[in-house]
Amino acid sequence: MTLPPTATAGAAFSIPTTGSGPAVLYIVGPDQALRRDVQLGNPVAIAAGDLYNAGEYLAILVAGSSNTSGELAVTPAPHPDTLSFLAAPSRVPVGLHNGISGAVYVFDAYHNLITSPIQVSFQLTGSSGPALTRTIATRNGVAWTEIDSASKQGSAKFIAQADGVSTTRVIDEVPGDPCGLTISAQPDGARLLVQTAPVRDCSGNPIPDGTIVTFTENYNGAQTTADVPIKKDVAQVDMPAYRGATISVASGVVAGNQIRWEGGR
Amino acid sequence: MSLRLLAAGCALFLSAAALADEPSVEVEPPSLQGSRPLEKQTSVAVVRDYLESWQKFCAALDQNQVGLLDPDFVGTARSKLAATIGEQAKMGIHTRYQDESHHLQIVFYSPEGLSIQMIDDVEYDEQVLEQDKVLATQHVKTRYLVVMTPAEVRWKVRVFQAESE
Repeated sequence: MTLPPTATAGAAFSIPTTGSGPAVLYIVGPDQALRRDVQLGNPVAIAAGDLYNAGEYLAILVAGSSNTSGELAVTPAPHPDTLSFLAAPSRVPVGLHNGISGAVYVFDAYHNLITSPIQVSFQLTGSSGPALTRTIATRNGVAWTEIDSASKQGSAKFIAQADGVSTTRVIDEVPGDPCGLTISAQPDGARLLVQTAPVRDCSGNPIPDGTIVTFTENYNGAQTTADVPIKKDVAQVDMPAYRGATISVASGVVAGNQIRWEGGR
Repeated sequence: MSLRLLAAGCALFLSAAALADEPSVEVEPPSLQGSRPLEKQTSVAVVRDYLESWQKFCAALDQNQVGLLDPDFVGTARSKLAATIGEQAKMGIHTRYQDESHHLQIVFYSPEGLSIQMIDDVEYDEQVLEQDKVLATQHVKTRYLVVMTPAEVRWKVRVFQAESE
C-alpha cells in the first residue's frame, strides 16, 4: 500500500494497494481506530468524515499471514469551528489597566486544536465609549490578550472571533474604590449628624448601595466606631456631639477626610 | 539548561524486560507566552501529572479499559481516547505503547490560571495486537501538544494531540 504523507482531518483520501485477494486495513492511533475490508489491487477509499481526529496513526494491511504497515499523520482541518474562550474576571472594577484577560484555543469541527497560525480578534464593547479591539495570531493553537476595563460601569461584551466564528462573554464592569471620600457634620440636638458627600469612584461612577463606610469618632482617649452602608449614594450616622472630638471616615482601604467638632463651628 | 531525569511512563505496565527501558524525561525551562508567572511548584506538578497520565493512557489502550483514563484525562482528550478504546474492543485489537523519551516544555499559562499548554517531543513504540498476535510495530517520533487544566487535586489532560513533525 502507498500511504499519503499526511491527510487532513475529516477529508476523503484513498490508499492505493497492490496484489490481489482480500485483506484487512487497520488505521490505529491513540485518537481513533478504523478497520476496512479491502480487495488488494484496488485503492482503499477513506470517505469524508471517517478519519477525523488529528494525530499519528499506524496503518496496517493484513493479507493472510503477511502484514505491511506504515505511518500516517492526520492534520487538523484548516478552518475554525469552535473557540474555547477563557475570559476573566467576570466582574472587574472600572479603569483597571490590563484588568480583563482572554485566552482562546481554536478548534476545528472535530475538536482538533488548529496549530497553524490563525488571527483571533478580541473586542471589548462596554456600555459607553468605543470598542477596544486587539488582533492576535495563535501560537500552538492559542491566542491571548489583556485589555483595560472601561471607565464607566456597566455590562461589557467580550467577544473573541476567528474566521467568522465568535464566542461572547459578559464582563460586569463595576465601580472602583471610592475616590475623594469626604464628610460633613451638623448638630442635631445633643448629637451630630455626620454625612458623606455622594460617594463615587475616581471615574465618577456612584459606589453601589450597601458598600460599607466606617465613621470613627475620637474624644478624650475614647473611640466610637460606626459601620454604615451607603444608601442612595451617601452614608450617614448620628454620633455624640463632644466638643473637641475628631471624626474620620474610611471605606475599605480608602481613607477620607477628618473633621474636628468645635461646638457649632 | 534542561533538567534530565528518569520517570516511569508506560513501562510500568509492560513486561519485566521492558521495565529496564523506563522513559527518559527532559524538562526544558518554560518558554511562556502569557502574563501569568508560573510558580515552580505548579510546573513540577504539571509535569508529574502529565507523565502519570501516560501510564494510564498506555494501560487503558492496552487493556481496552476506559475507566483507567478517568483520574488523568478530561474533556476532549478523554472522549477521544475512550472512543478509540471502544473501537479497538469492537475490532478485537489492542495497542501497546511504550514511551522511550519525553522532552517537555511548558509554553503557555493562561492569564486566569485555568490552563497550561505543554509541548512534548516524544518517542515511543506502538504495537498493535490482535489477541496476542502482533500485527505491527512502529517506532514513532512525534510532538504532542498538551493542554492541562486544574481539577480538585491534580492537573488533568484536556487536549492530547500529536502533531506531525
